[in-house]
Amino acid sequence: MTELTNKKISEIRDGLKAKEFSAVELTSAYIEEIEKAEPLNAYVFKTPQQAMEMAKASDQRIAKGEAGPLEGVPLGIKDLYATRGVHTQACSHILDGFKPEYESHVTSNLFGDGAVMLGKLNMDEFAMGSSNESSYYGNVVNPWRRSGSSDDLVPGGSSGGSAAAVAAHICAGATATDTGGSIRQPAAFTGTVGIKPTYGRVSRWGIVAFASSLDQAGPITRDVRDAAIMLGSMAGHDPMDTTCVDAPVPDYEAALTGDIDGLRVGIPKEYHMDGMSGEIEALWDQGKEWLKSRGAKIVDVSLPHTKYALPAYYIVAPAEASSNLARYDGVRYGLRVNGSDIAEMYENTRAEGFGDEVKRRIMIGTYVLSAGYYDAYYAKAQKVRSLIKNDFDEAFKDVDVILTPTTPSAAFAPGEITDPVEMYLNDIFTVTLNMAGLPGISIPAALDAKGLPLALQLIGKPFDEETLLKTAHVMELEAGFTARPERWW
Amino acid sequence: MSVDQKTVKKIAHLARIRVDDEDVPRLRDELNSILKWVEMLSEVDTDNVEPMTSAVQTSMKKRPDVVTLGGHPELIVANAPASEDNFFMVPKVVE
Repeated sequence: MTELTNKKISEIRDGLKAKEFSAVELTSAYIEEIEKAEPLNAYVFKTPQQAMEMAKASDQRIAKGEAGPLEGVPLGIKDLYATRGVHTQACSHILDGFKPEYESHVTSNLFGDGAVMLGKLNMDEFAMGSSNESSYYGNVVNPWRRSGSSDDLVPGGSSGGSAAAVAAHICAGATATDTGGSIRQPAAFTGTVGIKPTYGRVSRWGIVAFASSLDQAGPITRDVRDAAIMLGSMAGHDPMDTTCVDAPVPDYEAALTGDIDGLRVGIPKEYHMDGMSGEIEALWDQGKEWLKSRGAKIVDVSLPHTKYALPAYYIVAPAEASSNLARYDGVRYGLRVNGSDIAEMYENTRAEGFGDEVKRRIMIGTYVLSAGYYDAYYAKAQKVRSLIKNDFDEAFKDVDVILTPTTPSAAFAPGEITDPVEMYLNDIFTVTLNMAGLPGISIPAALDAKGLPLALQLIGKPFDEETLLKTAHVMELEAGFTARPERWW
Repeated sequence: MSVDQKTVKKIAHLARIRVDDEDVPRLRDELNSILKWVEMLSEVDTDNVEPMTSAVQTSMKKRPDVVTLGGHPELIVANAPASEDNFFMVPKVVE
């Protein structure tokens, strides 16, 4: 049934409408494929029964002519999203057994539009990681391997399960979240498309919080059109999230006109990093040529505070995380490890429930917020953040979008990076957008000499996802990236 | 700035995470390597720069002061490791 699972979301929509297949047939095909893909460890909890019921309901709505925009589309949901009555544990031991009594705003939107849930996807614990090696449920394996090699590679993180599942065609699209690059970096490592919308475009309500001023939800999909379709359903006002803007959601798919004549594309000189691979440099140049050949104008821009974004992020994000994760205390949900008194119960629960990376970040965050250090660290980082935002505001006076690589390298092997700071450098090109609240999209653009996907990133003005998607669509057409991982699972 | 073993223990206690003595030197080194790296920020002149308070400039939203969701204590405690009569149960706090 791989024929059915090869269909993109746009093709599913057309095929269901034309009655070429049913939603039940499509979902069954996915359930079969998921069973065969165990070695990828992309799903931490499968919901085949619920999926079949949702697919049956989709077929009934299609028969009545009441199909929604995502009718019958089988999706994987990142474990960070609250799904009513279904495993929601942020892939942490500390949320053992947690089944929310409510549904996240985003999944409500998606299911309200007819989407089918196949299950919950693996991720780095509490979305902290760039390689999906910190999940309580074990590593996710990238469907891609180096040519001629049978060694595992990481899928990136934190949305590694989402990216691997989309690349392996064991879901038609997936929800993901991005705090420092967690949508775009795994998309780059797996040859998929990932968009992080503007902060405030999508409601965070019902998504387990990591760093509230940086977190934003978005989709990972097989192509730009599918990203436009999914984002259109996920976005929108929600009174439950006060940072979510009350602005109409444009028809993103209609923005994919293929016309970027006269578009001004900025190239930030600070993104030429020491030690960046020659292949990435060459691909970046190629990206400029692709857009130029379609009438875009290339403009050099400067983002002078770029190199400070990552260290500032590693103050702001852990600070906010230490505060957000204070709620996991063994009282209200999840794991409890008893102690001789309540304080010991808290300490034992959190010692056993959190993994090493999460503990490290909570401790950094606790330290930088502790008495006497707030101004030196947190206030300083928030000032640097203003400077980063100003850099972008200045650049966007002269350009409509900015083009950069997504990551400094292709996917690496598990265990290859053990130094925390070296791991953090994976997000060097993506984290600036979170700091400034800007939208960004990663588009697969080429294979490297070892046969692994490489990607380019486009950065947009706040709430201008339309221009971003339009440009990404043209880039996709020019790049003509159709490679698929060779099936070994 | 860097942290010593005593500070690591203090941070761990503030964060309510039990840390075994043998793990303290490793944690100290990891925290110091991160703190050393973020020290790069001291190069940046931030005099007269306002700290960023929101990623997107919007005015604070207000809503009528009414109960929008409530009256379901059983749902609130449904996931608790221990509860009784819709109350969370914890070890004795007062002797």
